[in-house]
Amino acid sequence: MKQFLAFVRKEFYHVLRDRRTLLILFGMPIAQILIFGFALTNEVKDSEILVVDYAKDNASQELLTKIGSSRYFNIRQAALSHNEILSTFRKGKIKAVVVFPAHFNEDLLHQNKAQVQIITDASDVNTANMVTNYLSSIIVDYQNQINANLEIPYRITPEVRMLYNPQLKGAHGFVPGVMALVLLLVSVMMTAISIVREKETGTMEILLVSPFKPVLVIFAKAFPYLALSLVNVTAILLLSVFVLDLPVKGSVALLFAESTLFIITCLALGIFISIKTSSQQVAMLISLMGMLLPTIMFSGFLFPIENMPLPLQVISNIVPSKWFYIIVKSIMIKGLGLAALWRETLILLGMTLFLLLVSLKSFKIRLQ
Amino acid sequence: MQDDRVIVCEKLTKRFGDFVATNEITFDVHRGEIFGFLGANGAGKTTAMRMLCGLSSPSSGKATIAGFDVYTQTEQIKKHIGYMSQKFSLYENLTVRENIEFFGGIYGLSDERIRSKTAELLQRLGLKSEANKLVASLPLGWKQKLSFSVAVLHEPKIVFLDEPTGGVDPVTRRQFWDMIYEAANSGITVFVTTHYMDEAEYCNRISIMVDGRMEVLDTPANLKSSFHARSMDEVFYQLARGAKRGD
Repeated sequence: MKQFLAFVRKEFYHVLRDRRTLLILFGMPIAQILIFGFALTNEVKDSEILVVDYAKDNASQELLTKIGSSRYFNIRQAALSHNEILSTFRKGKIKAVVVFPAHFNEDLLHQNKAQVQIITDASDVNTANMVTNYLSSIIVDYQNQINANLEIPYRITPEVRMLYNPQLKGAHGFVPGVMALVLLLVSVMMTAISIVREKETGTMEILLVSPFKPVLVIFAKAFPYLALSLVNVTAILLLSVFVLDLPVKGSVALLFAESTLFIITCLALGIFISIKTSSQQVAMLISLMGMLLPTIMFSGFLFPIENMPLPLQVISNIVPSKWFYIIVKSIMIKGLGLAALWRETLILLGMTLFLLLVSLKSFKIRLQ
Repeated sequence: MQDDRVIVCEKLTKRFGDFVATNEITFDVHRGEIFGFLGANGAGKTTAMRMLCGLSSPSSGKATIAGFDVYTQTEQIKKHIGYMSQKFSLYENLTVRENIEFFGGIYGLSDERIRSKTAELLQRLGLKSEANKLVASLPLGWKQKLSFSVAVLHEPKIVFLDEPTGGVDPVTRRQFWDMIYEAANSGITVFVTTHYMDEAEYCNRISIMVDGRMEVLDTPANLKSSFHARSMDEVFYQLARGAKRGD
């Protein structure tokens, strides 16, 4: 154990002294999250929305004033037909259209419920989502306000239509996507490189001649990257919650557990690559080409898998990051628990065990 | 006479398929001896050395290192040997002190022993003021000396040196050999490979491998007289000329 600690300490020295490593480790995730994130948050301020008010009654006017007084929206009013609404969207200036049906107030008074239609341009998924969320919460607010003294509550239901991209593919996907990318880079590439580096400099020989067990060499080398990856997960989550206002809906503990599992998958892969290669450049290329590209292509982070040709869909199943992406997305955005994700977790676990076994086995062969 | 043999090799052989890398080598090395292990590239030195270090298992033959069997007791062997390779074998981006502490650590030395060893070593090498500098900033000669000191840090019975003086200037080489003598005097057996024939002359006994077989084994003086040669260079050429295997 003491030997192991001595080794781990040495690994930390390596990492913390290499400025480039540090930059990749901590600069990259922060930069990625902020770049992706601010493309998203800035646009919601002062969004132009168009109001089509067929009712023009008390309730609709009150609600409109409330929407207009928030700092997120600038309201323009017009009486337009459905087709005219579509053509305004195409010009691209309007983020959303709010339609009050005729008899809005009457519906509310007599039937205790009324509808408001919200139409958004979902080709920009993130903005569409934000705008809808803000509008809905203003409407709920208004509803609570008028219900304050009532026995039978009024209900205003926002009816949301996402134009152009009704299923909201890619929505909010960037945080899980960036997480998969960063963990992959850190765990696969960094581990592979750090082990291969010992081979290149000849220190691996020294380690193998020492009484320190070869398998422990591998574990001791991987361990710091596990720790650093978890720091990265924490940083990404903190950024996404506090800077980007994207909350984690599901269990944070589960999220960390799944991340740890994925990190171990990546470490196993990194170890495997390091055993099969003998130069840092080759290790890096294989990590990038073999892991980073498939992650970008096949995780569903940038390109929806459902739209791919069938062979590619099949291939996507062997990319671990795809499963991790699904898991993280489900936990963060949908708030799902392990009960709903056991299948994906099991697949990832299987991949991890397989990779660990294969790497340990080829490591033994190599020692002969 | 008490048995003071620390390396005992009997018909030690390593085959890779049809290729016999090391062919039935038999020799003994005594305690405190400086044993030169010579041979052209590809003669089978590295393979033999790997077997003796417990890194690879022999195909046939017998060998014990410090009394431990190379087939079954490799863990014990590793505890009792030191190793320094041709490639410089310390961590460049660790300081002198951290390197010493690390290697002390993986050999399982106690904290206290590491501390006293570190102090002693820095004192002896005159590296006190450099203790907290990165090894990368030291000149090659010092690195080499430090590397050797680290290899014998855990007081092994035998230290294996694989072309330890490659790329080092003659003065530093001379100093390096002073350290080797010092270690041998303190009872550490030194097993050294080299391509420098002047260094071969510093050894107590030398062996020369040709095509996987150990062709000769004797003191440098005896070898020179039996080959009617003026220097070790000539002995080596006479033997190596007959070699069929090259790089």
